[in-house]
Amino acid sequence: MSMINYASREINCKIVYYGPGLGGKTTNLEYIYQKVTPDTRGKLISLATETERTLFFDFLPVDLGTIRGFKTRFHLYTVPGQVYYNASRKLILKGVDGVVFVADSQVERLDANIEAMHNLYENLAEYGYDLRQIPFVIQYNKRDLPNVSPVEELNQHLNPDRVPSYEGVATTGVGVFDTLKAVAKLVIKSLG
Amino acid sequence: MTPGGAPSWSFGPSDSQRIEEILSNLLYESNARCALLVDRTGQLVTTVGEQPNFDSAAFASLTAADFSANDQLASLIGEEEFSSLFHQGRTESMYLADIGKRLILVVLFNQQTTLGLVRIKIKDAVIGLNKAFEDVFGRAEDEEGPALERGFVDEAEDEIDRLFRE
Repeated sequence: MSMINYASREINCKIVYYGPGLGGKTTNLEYIYQKVTPDTRGKLISLATETERTLFFDFLPVDLGTIRGFKTRFHLYTVPGQVYYNASRKLILKGVDGVVFVADSQVERLDANIEAMHNLYENLAEYGYDLRQIPFVIQYNKRDLPNVSPVEELNQHLNPDRVPSYEGVATTGVGVFDTLKAVAKLVIKSLG
Repeated sequence: MTPGGAPSWSFGPSDSQRIEEILSNLLYESNARCALLVDRTGQLVTTVGEQPNFDSAAFASLTAADFSANDQLASLIGEEEFSSLFHQGRTESMYLADIGKRLILVVLFNQQTTLGLVRIKIKDAVIGLNKAFEDVFGRAEDEEGPALERGFVDEAEDEIDRLFRE
């Protein structure tokens, strides 16, 4: 639910990084935090367990500056990957404007990816949202590891609608900005 | 509004003035320091009173999460909702109240006032805000807000390319 405030001339858009546990959602946000100009981003807030597993969410606001008189911001969120925390995952999706699915490309994580994708559809449906109507991109992460599934196979299982997809290595930043740019542009187009 | 996606909403200067009057009045009558309105998705709508010296974007996202988590706790114990929350600190405290299930009013106060007074005055403000936002959301469902200026999308896309790069 992008909020357009004509009084203070602000537009805020919410982008959520979704996906299986340990897939690299938080790493995407950490890389973005490190690389964007400090005066364009706020604090990176992480509600994590002692073992650095996301408990509730990570949050990073990024300021696009003033566009045609409107101060335009993206609020980036991750959700916890573990199924155990589904209640928190669902809460974060409330009012989402764009979704990035961060898949773990390793062969043994295929089932976890499929389960997380189904869970994403279900959680959105509970709010009455349809993923096919929302700006949506996929990142196939961990492409540097030796035991990864071919992208074509991942597309068959996870991307039947062939939304834009990007290969990534979030730890070194490969594909992180390509993914973010793609979803951010889709969200902006949905406003125009 | 995106079909099947999350609805957008907007409000203009006259809505803003009406809402800020209610909040200013609340601060005056309760002697609280600052009132913030946050929507349930974690976005800050407006701030009245002393300007906060903390990161208000982070504050808004955590407020929404706090309220949502407490909603779930309420339903687990068989309550429909907790319509207000109170967090007490040594010198600073905050009181949060639901506005029509879409927004959250947060009032920050210190020892210059009392919880009882803040609680009473918030009740009146909540009634006024509920009415004001019923009008805002009623209109949002009937009609689109004013269109964004032509060229907004192109300019925003250029800015995205400039900002999100190595």
